[in-house]
Amino acid sequence: MSNRLATRTSTTERILLGDEALAQGAVDAGLAAAYGYPGTPSTEIMEYLLRLHDRGDGPHASWCANEKTAYEAALGAAMAGGRALVVMKHVGLNVAADPFINSALLDLHAGLVVAVADDPGMHSSQNEQDSRLYAEMARIPCLEPATQQEAYTMTRDAFELSERFRTPVLIRLVTRLAHSRTAVTTRPPVAERPRMRPVDSADWTLLPANARRRWRVVLDRQGAIQDAVAADHTTLTLRSGSRLGVVTTGIARNYFLEVLEELGEKPSHLHIGAYPEPEEKLRRLSQEVETLLVLEEGRPIVEHRLHGIVPSGLEVIGRETGAVPRDGELNPDLVRAAFGLPERPHLTVTGAEPLELPNRPPQLCSGCPHRDSFTALQKALDGAEGAVVTGDIGCYTLGALPPFRAIDSCVCMGASVGMAKGAADAGAHPVVAVIGDSTFFHSGIQPLLDAATANTDMTLLILDNGAVGMTGAQDTVAPSSRLETLALALGVHPDHCVVVDAHPRKLDAMVEVMRREIAYHGTSVVIAVRECIEHARKRKGGAA
Amino acid sequence: MTLRNKRLDAVLAGVGGQGVLSIGALIAGAAMDAGLFVKQSEVHGMSQRGGAVEAYLRISERPIRSDLIGRGNADVILSLEPVEALRHLEALAPEGTVVTATDPVQNVPDYPELETILDRLRALPRAILVDAGRLAREAGNAKASNVVLVGAASHLLPVSPEAIEERIRRIFEAKGERVIDANLRAFRAGCAQAAVPVA
Repeated sequence: MSNRLATRTSTTERILLGDEALAQGAVDAGLAAAYGYPGTPSTEIMEYLLRLHDRGDGPHASWCANEKTAYEAALGAAMAGGRALVVMKHVGLNVAADPFINSALLDLHAGLVVAVADDPGMHSSQNEQDSRLYAEMARIPCLEPATQQEAYTMTRDAFELSERFRTPVLIRLVTRLAHSRTAVTTRPPVAERPRMRPVDSADWTLLPANARRRWRVVLDRQGAIQDAVAADHTTLTLRSGSRLGVVTTGIARNYFLEVLEELGEKPSHLHIGAYPEPEEKLRRLSQEVETLLVLEEGRPIVEHRLHGIVPSGLEVIGRETGAVPRDGELNPDLVRAAFGLPERPHLTVTGAEPLELPNRPPQLCSGCPHRDSFTALQKALDGAEGAVVTGDIGCYTLGALPPFRAIDSCVCMGASVGMAKGAADAGAHPVVAVIGDSTFFHSGIQPLLDAATANTDMTLLILDNGAVGMTGAQDTVAPSSRLETLALALGVHPDHCVVVDAHPRKLDAMVEVMRREIAYHGTSVVIAVRECIEHARKRKGGAA
Repeated sequence: MTLRNKRLDAVLAGVGGQGVLSIGALIAGAAMDAGLFVKQSEVHGMSQRGGAVEAYLRISERPIRSDLIGRGNADVILSLEPVEALRHLEALAPEGTVVTATDPVQNVPDYPELETILDRLRALPRAILVDAGRLAREAGNAKASNVVLVGAASHLLPVSPEAIEERIRRIFEAKGERVIDANLRAFRAGCAQAAVPVA
């Protein structure tokens, strides 16, 4: 139903998620190509672009094996002179960090925008890292929209900024903006740029001599970038006589503006929508007030930065000082409390005993093939004292919860395979790694090469459901039939690379194969195959 | 017809897979047709997998800032599942209303006695309990529980039942008259629960 909402309601107004507004902004900026890997809360950016592309109405868009390959594809598109977008969730930027940091040193002639959706509060992630820190590390500009409208306009601006300063630009979304829908006014698109290769290959070839020269260029332009983004994306509102100054970044502004009308003494306010931070405006604000309250979604980056900018007598409060919590996402209640406003009254039930409500964590769908694979794995490992089962990222991570409690770890994409190798090397036995097909394509291939080359005593269980399940049953980058070929090509012995049906009726056969391969002293691979039920439903056109 | 309040903050609740978001989409669509500002949060990713799901729907004549609704700020909790309705009571303003389906989703081992849950809901100052599953089946479409629920809340919404019906026709246009009619019947059955006459 959500897709129907996203249709054009007038010539200029559309109802879009923050993710979709960003995607539309890229399209209207004359985008040539977009690449990404699914990851909550960024997935809907690429899905929007893929829908346009699939109906022949948009720039090139495709899912890639992982965020690093996606980044490099986008970089290549920009090298050829097309405006390029690469899309990922925050932890995906860890995977793409190598090309990301290095691309900052290139002399970009066509815009490259890196759209990263952070997940403060970890709704669907293993950490709440803040991508603004990555932008600072690479010394590239970062734009941080506060509204869906800004997600649209800032993405267009990001391409302009990228070409003006010949640098990649990071645009940071957070879950609440990415996944909230509202009306967005769009402007007429600009045409795609004519293709053009780099003027000088030396500016794209990071040999040390070139890299040293380019790094100085990067550092020298920081002041000009700061001035440019401060003029376009920061707003300073000074109110004479106010002792409190408020600094907001990104969506924190929304919560601040909601409490503003309840505040007796209106504070001065600086909103920061882009980085590097506007030092001059921070200084001007600090001269007017006694206390600065910093409200930012994520790490206390501006709060820290302020200590190097403002006079030492000024009180700076925020996440670091506990004025707002150090972890988790902001919300209207936390921001109210930061201003000392009382809690709003809410409905209370008097006279009734407090009722303990059951937790309802997410769980594997009824009929999910992973259920059968975990049941089989539990039976196969029954009685195996000291067994280690390393897990990975996907729906099957839910196998850690009751009733299965089938996996002992979940760290990052592909970690199950490398960790299993290390555990086996350190003497653990038996060791089983559990990974999904898409996660294997993403980051499992190389560690399996490590294990198979050494014939490490471990079993890799690939749960092949033919889909990227957790993010909404997208197609995987390659057909599942390639899994077996890949494992063999990586050096797994043909006798110990076995494909089984992940089906309740085939449970005994699965258990038998798993038992045998777990007992084998060498690297074995068991591929448990059955299509994700959500993917099947989607394929048959009956999406909810 | 009484003059409707032109704003609404609603918490939408249920279990992943129940169609919580489609409740928001239906009301939001009608509100946008009426020229109101709307923000509607969605849930994607891990929580969609059979877990507790909450979403926010905000409608106003004025531009809306926050995508979230603070504690005590919700005018209504619209829930497709009775336990999930109780989970969000702190969001509800003292004068707010709970509108919930009574059909339980018992996918956790420690699910309480259903009657205990329903008694707790009935004891609230303003609660509308709807046998949404049965009403949807009687209307001819078992999947229309969420439309029944919107009907049961229709008197609390800043848009008219006619505007909702218009939206229902558009949403199900591609699925043909039978589906449209079943959903309209489901909506009206919901309205009857709230004792609101449909023009």
